[in-house]
Amino acid sequence: MKKIAVSALPQLLEAMAAQQALYLPVQQGRSAQFTRYESGMELSEALNTGRSAKDLFFPQVENLVDFKVTGKAIEVIESRDVGEDFILFGVRACDCRSFDILDRVFLGDPKDTYYENRRSHATVITLACGAPEETCFCTVFGIDPADPAGDVTAWKAGQWLCLRANTKKGEKLLASLPMLQNGGEDAVVAAQAAIHAITEKLPLKDLNLTGFDGDHLMEKFNSPQWAQLSESCLGCGSCTFVCPTCQCYDIKDFNTGHEIKRFRCWDSCMYSDFTMMAHGTNRPTQLERFRQRFMHKLVYFPANNEGIYGCVGCGRCLQKCPISMNIVKVIKTLGEGAQ
Amino acid sequence: MSLKRDPLIPMIGVVTDVRTDTPDVKTFRVVGLDGKKPFAHIPGQCAMLSMPGIGEALFSITSSPTNEDYLEFSIKKCGCVTTWLHEIEPGQQVTIRGPYGNGFPVDTELKGKDLLIIAGGIGLAPVRSVINYVRANRSNYGTLDIVYGSRSKEDLVDYQEILDEWMAEDGINVHLTIDREQPDWDGHVGFVPNYVKELNFDTSKTVVMCGPPIMIKFTLAGLEELGFQRDQVYTTFELKMKCALGKCGRCNIGDKYVCKDGPVFRLDQMTELPDEY
Amino acid sequence: MQEQVRAKAIELLQSGTCDRILGWKTGEFFYDVTPAVFTTVEEIEKDLVYNAFCGANFSKYLIAESRKGGKIGAFLKPCDTYSFQQLLKEHRIWRENTYIVGLSCPGMCDMDKIREAGIKGVTGGDFTGETLSFETLYGQQEIAREAVLAERCKFCKSKKLVIFDELLGEQGEERETGRFDEVERLEAMTAEERFAFWQQELSKCIRCNACRNVCPACSCEKCVFDNPKSGVENKAAANSFEEQLFHVIRAFHVAGRCTDCGECSRVCPQHIPLHLLNRKFIKDINEIYGPYQAGADPDTRPPLLNFNQGDPEPKRGDVG
Repeated sequence: MKKIAVSALPQLLEAMAAQQALYLPVQQGRSAQFTRYESGMELSEALNTGRSAKDLFFPQVENLVDFKVTGKAIEVIESRDVGEDFILFGVRACDCRSFDILDRVFLGDPKDTYYENRRSHATVITLACGAPEETCFCTVFGIDPADPAGDVTAWKAGQWLCLRANTKKGEKLLASLPMLQNGGEDAVVAAQAAIHAITEKLPLKDLNLTGFDGDHLMEKFNSPQWAQLSESCLGCGSCTFVCPTCQCYDIKDFNTGHEIKRFRCWDSCMYSDFTMMAHGTNRPTQLERFRQRFMHKLVYFPANNEGIYGCVGCGRCLQKCPISMNIVKVIKTLGEGAQ
Repeated sequence: MSLKRDPLIPMIGVVTDVRTDTPDVKTFRVVGLDGKKPFAHIPGQCAMLSMPGIGEALFSITSSPTNEDYLEFSIKKCGCVTTWLHEIEPGQQVTIRGPYGNGFPVDTELKGKDLLIIAGGIGLAPVRSVINYVRANRSNYGTLDIVYGSRSKEDLVDYQEILDEWMAEDGINVHLTIDREQPDWDGHVGFVPNYVKELNFDTSKTVVMCGPPIMIKFTLAGLEELGFQRDQVYTTFELKMKCALGKCGRCNIGDKYVCKDGPVFRLDQMTELPDEY
Repeated sequence: MQEQVRAKAIELLQSGTCDRILGWKTGEFFYDVTPAVFTTVEEIEKDLVYNAFCGANFSKYLIAESRKGGKIGAFLKPCDTYSFQQLLKEHRIWRENTYIVGLSCPGMCDMDKIREAGIKGVTGGDFTGETLSFETLYGQQEIAREAVLAERCKFCKSKKLVIFDELLGEQGEERETGRFDEVERLEAMTAEERFAFWQQELSKCIRCNACRNVCPACSCEKCVFDNPKSGVENKAAANSFEEQLFHVIRAFHVAGRCTDCGECSRVCPQHIPLHLLNRKFIKDINEIYGPYQAGADPDTRPPLLNFNQGDPEPKRGDVG
C-alpha cells in the first residue's frame, strides 16, 4: 500500500495529469460532474456525481461512422479516432460495480468496439465512501463502499490518502508516482471501520430482494401493483440517464449538409417512442414502459447474468426522480413481505 | 493501435433489381459492391438495411440460402425507410449488415418433418425463404403444405412464383385464400385462421407461421382446436430494433432479446414470456 | 396542516363530492413524496401527507384525470392554481370533473439545498417551524427554513389562490419578491457573457425531458421533439447548437402561457436554471404589452394571442 498526505492531493493530481488525461469529480455549479482535469481543479467532496461515471465509457452522444452520399452511391467513412489512455479518479464503489454490469452488455458477443476501446484505455481509481447518504443501498448488492474495486483503490483516511493497486495496470500507475510513500495500512483499517459503522445504520440496508429472479418472472410481471407504482410517472428519462447501469441507446443520422453522421445516443425505455414502429408500439402506456425498466434491472438482467442485478444502489434515482418514484419503492412494493 | 471494424458499421450493398409484388410490397435484390451475395444466412434470419440520413431498419431475408447470387427482401411500404426504398431504382446503393437472429431450425428440428407453412400478407417474406430452402432440399423433409392468405389477389406477395413454381411442383400443396370475394378469383375466400381449421390438417405436422399478430393469435387457437401442441408451432416476431446485437434494449421481452434469441420462437417458449409482442 | 388536508380528503370521499383524490403520498423518507390518486379512507389515513416537501404541481395531471369518469378532487397550492387556470383557459381540463381544494403554502423546501448546506444522511426531523431540525446518520443538525427554500419559493410571485372550489387555510396576496432580479442581471451582461452563461448551463443538459414532461404549459399530445416527421426530433444534441435550441424553442413555445410555477427548474437533475428563460419572456411581455400574468384570471386575452392596433412594434434592439 501507498500513501500521500491529503494536503498533497493537488500535486498528485498534477503528476497523474502530466502522464495521461485525468478525469475526476469536480464541482460544477450545484452538482459534481466527472470533468477533465485542468491545473487548479479540486476533487469535489460530493459523494456522488450528478451524472454517473458511465459517461466515460458510454457517452451521452458519440459518433459511430460517417457516410457520404453521391447520387446513388454511398461511401462509408470510419471517422473515429483511437482515443487516448486516461485515468478515471474518484469513482465510488457503486459506479465501479456498474462497469461490470455494462461490460456484460457491451463486451458480450459481439463486442461493442467503441466501448471496448474506451475501457481498455482507462485506469480506474476508486475512492472509498467517506460519508454514505441515507439514499445509499449498495451493500444490498454485496458492494462494500469501504473497499471498492478498480485498478487502484483509494481511501481518505485522516490526513492520508491511501492507495492500493489491485491490477497490473494499477501497480504500474502507482509505481510511476514518486511522491507516494509506502504504508497506510493502519489508517485504512480505521477508515474502513468508520465507514462500516455508518453502513450498519443505513436505512435501506435491509432491502429484501428475495423473489426477484428469473423463476418469478411472470409473477412479478403480472403484479397488479405496477398500476399504482407507475400512475404518476412523467415518462421522462431522468432515472435512466442518471443511472450508472442504464445502457439502452438509439442510433440516429444527422445530415450536416456535407456528410451524414451516424451517432449513438442514450435512450430511455421510459420514452413513448422507444419501441414505436411504423405500425405501433408493443408498450402503449406508461405502465408497460415503467414496468420494463424495473423488470429489466430486477428480473430480466439477473435471469441472464447469474443472478446479478442491474442496480448498484447508488441512490441517484432516489434523489433525482421528479415525482420521487424509484427502484426502492418498487422493490418494497413487489418484494416478499410487502403488505 | 488500430480499431477493429465495429459490428454497427455496415457494408455497402447495391440494389440490382426492384420488383413490384403488390400495391404496397416490393422485392429488392441486393448484392455487395463486388457483385456477390453479401453474406450467407439461415431461413428466418434478418439484415439491417439503411439509407444514411433516412434511417436503418431490420428486414427478413426472403431469398433462400440456396440462392448463391444475391439476397432478396420483400418489403411493405409503411414507415420512413420503407417509403424511401419504394422510390428507389436499380443501381441504388444501400448499407447492409447482418445476418441477425437465430432463423428457423431448418436443419435440426424441422428436418424430416411434415411441414405446414402458414402465412398472412407480408408475413410470407420470412417463410418464403423456408419454402424455397425446403424445395431445394426436398428429400430432407416430408410433406409440404402451404396456406397463404392476403387481403386480395393483388396483395398476394410473390403470386407469380407461387403459381409458376410452387403450385406446379409435385408434392407441394398450396392453399391460397383472400379476405373478400373478387371477380377474377375462383379460389378460396376467407381469413387464414378459419381456412386452416377448414383444411383440418393432420396433427403430425410441424407448423411454421408468420403474419400479423391477430392472425397468429387466432390461427394458434384454431390449431389448438385441431389438436396441435404449442411445441409444434414456430413463428417469427418483429419488434423495434436499432442495433440487432442484443444491446440497444428495444426488442427486449422478458429475458429474451428478439434480435438475438429470436426472431424465431417455438410457441411453447413464448408462454414463459410476457405478452408484450 | 397535514391533518386538515387528510380530514378534507376523507370528507370529500365520504360525502361523495369526489370519487378520487389527487394528493401527495408518503415515501421512504420524509421528503420523497409522490403524487398519487387516493380512493379509500384507509389509503388517505396511511399515506397522504402535506409537508414542506410537497412541491409537485398537480395541475397537469388533471388533464388526464379530468377525462376519466367521476370527479377528481385535487389539492392545489397558490402557484398550482395559476397553472390550473391557464390549462382551463386552453380548454385542456374538464372543469366539471374536478374539485379543487386551494391550500395556503408556506413555501417548499429543496432537499438538494439541504444536502448542499452540508446536512447529509438525513433520516427524519421536524420541518414545521422556521428552523428545520434534522436527524441524520451523522447526528442532529439544524438550519433556517429560509436558507433551504426552493429557489422558486424564494421568489414567489403570489400566495393568492386564483381558483378553487374550497379554501383550506388562508387566502394570500400577490407579492413582489424581485423574481426578475436574476433576469436583469443576465440582461446587463454583454451578449458574449450571456451566451457563455447559457452555454455553460445548457451544456449540462442530459435531455431527459423532465422539464418538458412536468411543465403544465407543455401539454401537446405529440411534442415536435418526439415526432420523427417534424424534422427536429432528437433525443440528444448532435452538436452543442442543437442542445441550446431544445430549451430555447421550448421557452418560445410556452411564452405567454408559462405561469412561472418553476417546476422545470425543480425537476432538472442537472440544476439548470431553466425558469430564467421563461421569466425573461414574462418580463419582456410585461414590458412590451403591459403587465400580464398567465393563469391569473380566466378572461384576459393573452397578449401573444391577441392583437390591438395600439400594440407596439418592437424594433431591433428594443428588447435585450
